[in-house]
Amino acid sequence: MITFKHVTKTYDGNIGLKDVSLNIDDGEFVFLVGPSGAGKSTFIKLIVKELDADEGEIHVGEYRVDKLSSREVPQLRRKVGMVFQDFRLLPKKTVFENVAFAMEILHKSPKTIRRRVPEVLKMVGIEDKRDRYPQELSAGEQQRVAIARAIVNNPRVVIADEPTGNLDPKTADDIMHLLDTINMSGTTVVMVTHAKDIVNRWNKRVVAIEHGRIVRDGFGSYGFREKTEKKGGRHHA
Amino acid sequence: MRRVFYNLKQALQQIGRNKGMSAASVFAITAMMLILGLFFIISVNVNVFTEVVKSDYDTVEVYLKDSTTETQAAQIMEELKSLKGVSKVTYRTKDQAMKIMKKRWGDSGYLLNSLGSNPLPNSVLVKVSNLSTANTVNKTAVKNKGVENTTYYKQTIDKVTKITNTIQIGALVIMLFLVVVSVVVVSNTIKLTVFARAREIEIMKVVGATNWFIRGPFLVEGIVIGIISALISSGITYLFYGKIVARAGVKMMTMLGSPLVPAGYLCGNLVVIFLALGIGIGACGSIISMRRFLDA
Repeated sequence: MITFKHVTKTYDGNIGLKDVSLNIDDGEFVFLVGPSGAGKSTFIKLIVKELDADEGEIHVGEYRVDKLSSREVPQLRRKVGMVFQDFRLLPKKTVFENVAFAMEILHKSPKTIRRRVPEVLKMVGIEDKRDRYPQELSAGEQQRVAIARAIVNNPRVVIADEPTGNLDPKTADDIMHLLDTINMSGTTVVMVTHAKDIVNRWNKRVVAIEHGRIVRDGFGSYGFREKTEKKGGRHHA
Repeated sequence: MRRVFYNLKQALQQIGRNKGMSAASVFAITAMMLILGLFFIISVNVNVFTEVVKSDYDTVEVYLKDSTTETQAAQIMEELKSLKGVSKVTYRTKDQAMKIMKKRWGDSGYLLNSLGSNPLPNSVLVKVSNLSTANTVNKTAVKNKGVENTTYYKQTIDKVTKITNTIQIGALVIMLFLVVVSVVVVSNTIKLTVFARAREIEIMKVVGATNWFIRGPFLVEGIVIGIISALISSGITYLFYGKIVARAGVKMMTMLGSPLVPAGYLCGNLVVIFLALGIGIGACGSIISMRRFLDA
């Protein structure tokens, strides 16, 4: 589903990613972990072509991302649902409208929108909040709206950038369950996270990035020691 | 169709939320269009005036010597008629010439009666289609022994043409300048709404909206501002120019011998020009203001 082949990305001489090769299969659930500035964000931005790689090949589904023309970028992004730590909802739109917005952009008919949005809201468990505004909701509920928006167009991949970063442990767990459910239905999920406890609890594939390189790729625990001990180097599962 | 409505609704919302700046741009563009309209009116009228002058003075008068016989005159006429670009050759006797002169002098015509003998020569009037033909006619006629001299108003026409061209080029430069200023004004107004909706635009991009989808409402916003300005300017111009034509049209006719272009006709054209311009300015302004936002 997502394939990186020897991808390098530098910013003004600083390394974002260095010679990264990785394959994520269709339907996988992958945790992307690593300290701040390790290259996780770069990784995500490369997937949706917010950034261009300096070297290497990037494949997402049938798209060859590094060769994609700017005209084709929207097509790619429709296949990739994005969820962010700060939710990124439109404050002046209701829950329903926030989710419907993603469909309007694809020129879906009002009829389709009216049918599909409640369906998704129900799936994420906030169908009773459809006419509320984001600021009237709890953080967890807002993240659910964001997830609903990410999946409403049936993307093949959902990329969640620290989706639980602003949530208490209980709510974070709920969101994890939701992402897991989405994954069960066949959607590939890539989740960037710092939350060691979550990674350790859910036995999923973990890709660890440090200094722009993949330092570990395997199932199981987070695998990083505390930040102060980070200098110790690479840790293998 | 749904898309058109979507864009229009969004655009009107944006204008509504941003009334002050939208009104300011409408004002600025209207002012620009009014000045532009003024230049357009002047330039059209000058043009008409030149045409009138040209048609008045498209005749070379060839004066014949008194000694020239009618047969010689006929030969001269034949010769001139055979020249390329000559449309009509007529003979005018000295008596006819006197009559015309008296008519021109109007009330003072009786003064000419005291002259005794008619000092005016017989003449041949050669109507030419353009100035270069007039030159040839002139040269050919002067060579003939039966011809006293010739007059034609080359210099006058040249001068008028030169002035007209200068006025028109000047007007064009000023118009272009005004158009550029308007585009900048509109793009700044729209930039404000773009900034206000930066978040929304970012989210649109994340969800996979095409650049044209994102641009749509802003484009329509610019175009709506342009159209409103065009309609206001057309109305004002029609009102004022109509009044001017009604009041001064006749005076101008007698003074310059050239009519003012009728308000209805001119403004009809002006509406089209204003609308095209308004739409163009609005569209360019919004595309420019969005450029940086849609780079990525």
